[in-house]
Amino acid sequence: MTSAIQNLVNQPYKHGFVTDIETEAVPKGLNEDVIRLISKKKNEPEWLLEFRLSAYRHWLTMEEPSWASVVYPKIDFQDIIYFAQPKPKKKLASMDEVDPELKRTFEKLGVPLHEQKIMAGVAVDVIFDSVSVTTTYKAKLAEVGIIFCSFSEAVHEHPELVKKYLGSVVPSGDNFYAALNSAVFTDGSFCFIPKGVKCPMDLSTYFRINTEGSGQFERTLIVAEEGASVSYLEGCTAPQFDTNQLHAAVVELVALDNAYIKYSTVQNWYAGDENGKGGIFNFVTKRGLCKGVNSKISWTQVETGSAITWKYPSCVLLGDNSIGEFYSVALTNHLQQADTGTKMIHLGKNTRSRIISKGISAGRSSNSYRGLVKVGGRATGARNYSQCDSMLIGGSCAANTFPTIDVQNSTAQVEHEASTSKIGEDQMFFFAQRGIDSEEAVSMIINGFCKDVFVHLPMEFAVEATKLLGLKLEGSVG
Amino acid sequence: MINNDSKVLLEVKNLKAEVAGVEILKGVDLTVRAGEVHAIMGVNGSGKSTFSKVLAGHPDYTVKGGTAALDGKDLFSLAAEERARAGLFLAFQYPVEIPGVSNNALLRLAYNTLQNERGLEELDPLEFEDLVQEKIKVVEMDPSFLDRSVNEGFSGGEKKRNEILQMAILEPKLAILDETDSGLDIDALRIVANGVNSLLTPDNAVVMVTHYQRLLNYIVPDYVHVMDSGRIVKTGGKELALELEARGYDWVRAAA
Repeated sequence: MTSAIQNLVNQPYKHGFVTDIETEAVPKGLNEDVIRLISKKKNEPEWLLEFRLSAYRHWLTMEEPSWASVVYPKIDFQDIIYFAQPKPKKKLASMDEVDPELKRTFEKLGVPLHEQKIMAGVAVDVIFDSVSVTTTYKAKLAEVGIIFCSFSEAVHEHPELVKKYLGSVVPSGDNFYAALNSAVFTDGSFCFIPKGVKCPMDLSTYFRINTEGSGQFERTLIVAEEGASVSYLEGCTAPQFDTNQLHAAVVELVALDNAYIKYSTVQNWYAGDENGKGGIFNFVTKRGLCKGVNSKISWTQVETGSAITWKYPSCVLLGDNSIGEFYSVALTNHLQQADTGTKMIHLGKNTRSRIISKGISAGRSSNSYRGLVKVGGRATGARNYSQCDSMLIGGSCAANTFPTIDVQNSTAQVEHEASTSKIGEDQMFFFAQRGIDSEEAVSMIINGFCKDVFVHLPMEFAVEATKLLGLKLEGSVG
Repeated sequence: MINNDSKVLLEVKNLKAEVAGVEILKGVDLTVRAGEVHAIMGVNGSGKSTFSKVLAGHPDYTVKGGTAALDGKDLFSLAAEERARAGLFLAFQYPVEIPGVSNNALLRLAYNTLQNERGLEELDPLEFEDLVQEKIKVVEMDPSFLDRSVNEGFSGGEKKRNEILQMAILEPKLAILDETDSGLDIDALRIVANGVNSLLTPDNAVVMVTHYQRLLNYIVPDYVHVMDSGRIVKTGGKELALELEARGYDWVRAAA
């Protein structure tokens, strides 16, 4: 039976193919000249170059963080290609002009843009090796005043907005990887929902790392003005290479009075092979600022890939009565390591936060939840509820929970619950004795374990997440 | 009910099995015909529970010799789930808890898997609801149990009733009840026994594995077998259980 479980968890990665498109890369390594070159290639204004350079200078003074419960060889930051973009570079007016090879790649990934456009009604901003290839539904969104475009485009067309909010949630010197990103980020997504507008559709972006040895440093900035709301979906896959690839993104969310931002991620970067060779190092800084009163930011993530995940989508609850939520499923298998969780920083009065974290460990992997709930002195009436559940599959994996609670206001209420369970032989035998095969049994257990999180995913993502966990652990999730 | 003309549902011959290299079953013979109720009794460690787990295909146990056939099918050539689909049901001594999986979802999946096996239509959730509401009466369970996670937070009696509910839904040819009476108070015992009795037909059969005569007052066996050191050493009618209750096991073991 144990070997049955092993067979189930050893499904190969299905997105491991390389698209043969000519890419134009800046030489390996990082220095001020490389940064100037990136900025120049992207035809950026002076203030942005200054932002990059000051981040870079700050980064030089910083130490790579070592507090996370992950182990990996030292990264040589001079051995990374910081900028690669597919040729040809001519402007694309419609989807038809997109390189057919590229389109096939997305089809293999199961992201048929045409169908997605029409059937799902999802506007997709596709990032392919750092350059936004196409943005759909832009015109339709523009009718209601929503800006949804690549970051580079936003820099040129809405510089005042970018300048106002860039780095306002994650300062350029926030942490080692955020500083690196601020220095070398190549593209990403920008989304602006003006006052009182409810975004009529889910906004979606697919990230993919294609060039071997290239780092991907995107930057996402989402601003919801007073009374605005938006649901944003981020999906990630990467082809398989034997070398490790670095992914250090920064995501900033800003919610003004009565605004609501829902940010959902399904992450399926290549995780390395079963012996831990290759795979993505995913060192990401994601943070949302509930700046206005009654604002709300909700993070939902399903993390199934990457060799190493280092990621703590956080909420700073500054506005009175603001709400932060974090719903997470993190699955690790083989030699994957995940150190993920959230930070809820309560600053305003009557702020509320809710954390539901589900960690699933299989193989020889290590899965850690790390969370901080902080209640400031002025956050009268703040409340937090945290629930961290771990599930172990087999006997060689590890699950850890590192909750930190820091309360400086005596009226605050903070609750933390944790549990650990195991898919054991007895459960598998029970299912078998009821005529249910092991694949369906595992999927039923996993699905049950994750349902508190899945209910918060938008419909099409819930389906995808369910499929992904199925792919990673067995055949299906019903 | 004994009817020597009815068909043989379970035929076990000279079954030998071991766990972790230790031989537990040393040549078990047993024939169960449709319509019959059998009880297997014996002291702790005599091999009763091992026998039921070996038949059901628990991975910890290795068959070392002999044969077992369910309705003519060789059990040992089938995986555990195939044995279940062929009509073998084991009510567990210690039912496991499965957090996050609702009773209703489990029952429906198990039922529909069986329907597929039989080449019959699956039931959608609404149709299944009708079936399960009918069956749940058999074990006098509150319908709210259907929405709860399988066995999670159930009392000992509730877990055992839940096993019988599964049996009621799956309608097995042969049900093995492994110490279903253990940990039951007298009311729960009555409910479980009534449930089992209501499921008995001339076409199916029940094998009860138990220490005590108590259960047999409610589910009256046609045959009582005494197992000792991995063999069935004595077989009799229901009065044998009463004699065991009065005299203990030693005299049987001595005679064997």
